Amino acid sequence: MSTVWVVVLVVGLATVGFKATGPVLLGDRSLPPALAEVVALLAPVLLAALVVTQTVGGDNELVFDARLAGVGAGAVAIAARAPLPAVVVVAAATTALTRLLI
Amino acid sequence: MSSFVSRYRDGVRAALAVAATVWFFGASFGLVARAAGMGTLAPLVMSATTFAGSAQFAVSSILGAGGGAAAAIAAAVLLNARYAPISISVAPLFHGGLLRRLLESQLIVDESWALASRGGGRFDRRILLGAGLLLYVSWVSGTAVGVLAGDALGDPKDLGLDGAFPALFLALLAPQLRTTRAALAAAGGAAIALALIPVTPAGTPIVVASAACLLGLRRKP
Repeated sequence: MSTVWVVVLVVGLATVGFKATGPVLLGDRSLPPALAEVVALLAPVLLAALVVTQTVGGDNELVFDARLAGVGAGAVAIAARAPLPAVVVVAAATTALTRLLI
Repeated sequence: MSSFVSRYRDGVRAALAVAATVWFFGASFGLVARAAGMGTLAPLVMSATTFAGSAQFAVSSILGAGGGAAAAIAAAVLLNARYAPISISVAPLFHGGLLRRLLESQLIVDESWALASRGGGRFDRRILLGAGLLLYVSWVSGTAVGVLAGDALGDPKDLGLDGAFPALFLALLAPQLRTTRAALAAAGGAAIALALIPVTPAGTPIVVASAACLLGLRRKP
């Protein structure tokens, strides 16, 4: 089997496993209260980490580029209570414009 | 009730905007993967089974640069390890037999999970699976177009689409910061990710940042 197919197969299986971890192993069993408190914080923590890595993440370095301007404009739209699709459009347009100008 | 309906409509509109963005990234993955020598079928199979953008881009760039299978697999596994904690956070939404839970869980992807998040650890099952299915179709069909005719589409970065995803996540994070505990945990996660980006392989910062949720073990004041 070629290198490409080995990678596609192994990565596919590993990812299917990661995504199935909670639903298959835990299912709809209810968690002990202490653990439920921890799991409840997973959403804000992971969302915050995703915002950081996708805004300034680079190849083993922090990269400050047009994405930062886009997210900044998105933050202003969020503060102005703009609906979600508007936030996405404002962020994309600002990123594209900034990239064009710098 | 009306606020529920309008929130739902807003969710559907947001999912459509995100799906369009994801479609473009799928197309650019198809283009890049083919240029990296992955052929036409392997990128499609990868989009259908892995269904996670960053890991797939990492694989195509490593293979394209002549890196070995081990390096490509290690990078992709690190990048996708975040789906273990992410899938644990939504585990209560999944019912029924093992096979059904396994198949439905494959619709978990950053964007469907983020759109479904309602704060306080609650998630909307219909949005998670509905948006997940929509994004899955967008990602795979985008990949197909990219593999076959990607040159005609241009770079999604020219449209600023790489700035749209973090803004989306920020918009979904903002309403969840009402409690001091959640705000502190989010700040902790962001700080850990920021500190680790320069010193660890991509993917690791997010996985380690999830440790900030251990703040939940502290007794409430």
